Amino acid sequence: MMGTAIRRLAIVGVLCIVWQAYAMWLKNPLIFPTLTDTLEAGWQATLSGELPHRVLLSMRVLLIAYGAGIVLGLALATLAELTRIGGDVLAVLTAMFTPLPGIALMPVALLWFGLGAGGFVFVIVHSVIWPVAINTHAGFAGVPPTLRLVGRNYGLGGRRLTLSILMPAALPSILTGLRVGWAFAWRTLIAGELVFGVATGTGGLGWYISQARNAFALPDVFAGLVTVAAIGLIVESVIFRTVEALTVRRWGVQR
Amino acid sequence: MLELDAVTLEYRTADRVVTAVERISLKVKSGERTVLLGPSGCGKTSLLKAVGGFVTPAQGTVRLDGAPIRGPGLDRIMVFQEFDQLLPWRTVAGNVEFPLRAAKRLGAGEAASRAAHFIELVGIGGFARSFPHQLSGGMKQRVALARALAIEPAVLLMDEPFGALDALTRDTMQDELLRLWNELRFTLIFVTHSIEEALAVGERVAVMTPHPGRIRAEIPAGVRAVDSGFPALVRQIRGLLR
Repeated sequence: MMGTAIRRLAIVGVLCIVWQAYAMWLKNPLIFPTLTDTLEAGWQATLSGELPHRVLLSMRVLLIAYGAGIVLGLALATLAELTRIGGDVLAVLTAMFTPLPGIALMPVALLWFGLGAGGFVFVIVHSVIWPVAINTHAGFAGVPPTLRLVGRNYGLGGRRLTLSILMPAALPSILTGLRVGWAFAWRTLIAGELVFGVATGTGGLGWYISQARNAFALPDVFAGLVTVAAIGLIVESVIFRTVEALTVRRWGVQR
Repeated sequence: MLELDAVTLEYRTADRVVTAVERISLKVKSGERTVLLGPSGCGKTSLLKAVGGFVTPAQGTVRLDGAPIRGPGLDRIMVFQEFDQLLPWRTVAGNVEFPLRAAKRLGAGEAASRAAHFIELVGIGGFARSFPHQLSGGMKQRVALARALAIEPAVLLMDEPFGALDALTRDTMQDELLRLWNELRFTLIFVTHSIEEALAVGERVAVMTPHPGRIRAEIPAGVRAVDSGFPALVRQIRGLLR
């Protein structure tokens, strides 16, 4: 676990060196700023409170929508497990909506929910619900038949069987769904703020990047992008890996 | 008393109906060890599942103490061959407590103390806090046995429970099962395709033949491989199975 962290930090380090070397060789800060300039811009924006404020605004919308998307995705997968029509509903809806990028729904979302966070929550929920539902459902299907028989032997059926046997047994797949859902949610939010930031006025991290570009402040643009990537890296390597270490790895169901 | 009366089991494939077992009648007295012995495909597992309430007979009835069986229940607990019958996300103690809490609705304290007692009884007291993946195959089957016994079912149903174990561990587990039976005197229906195991575990052996599954003979058992009558009994059963 520790060795993995060190190896991965080393990869980040190498990428930083390559970035810095290329930018210094290019000598064109209006096209590609150096890492040091980017970090300097990011540091200033952090000190002024601007960048943390933008991150917080993005995170608030993201977490609300991500949470709602997970709950709805799990509920949909459960319904698909319990009833045949639920299975058909899940199959049709995921086939229709998985290929539809969340950002494509943004214009109608703004129309329906008006200016503000409502439209964002809607499109992020859309981005999260399908991967969570489809992976959870696949996880249910992969639960060993013996384990289902054991649950039925204890008189568990329907919702109780799903909650106490299928959900924990399907956790490796569910975690995959949560990972994909997280990535989709994050990129939908940033893209949405970049394109529609003014209209919605949530003013998150994407809006920060967009404003910096309008001001030709390229180091700030890159500082915003680095922040997006860094948050993704931290969520993946700290939160998801910790959850895995405490659950599926500890249980020996995933290496 | 468990009574099977002219039980016929069928299952459907895409194009036809297959008779798994035909008109099987069998009485199992309380506290008795009965073995269903037969080759693969003779319907012995299907029969066990019918007793478990997982499959409904096409004809005939299964009664436990006079009441017809309508579905799975805590009075008939199955132990399977597959190691994945244990919940991988729960410790040994958690596995044994699970049905006590979820199904029998015991309080946390009572479930924990009963689980601890049965874990000790099957000889894995030191591993109560281990997860199933940390245990050997034999120990996993001990956990499954402790979990089943802790429920105190009217009938314990075992479907080739030692079939995935190595020969040495299998012998040990057969001895362990007999030791536990001597202590607790549970009613046991045990399915196997090994003649030696059938004779070691059962007080009587119902020999089954396939296509469709029928009981060919019932043979009194309780004979170990070292006993003088053993080779003759094995020969007799081989003859029946042929």
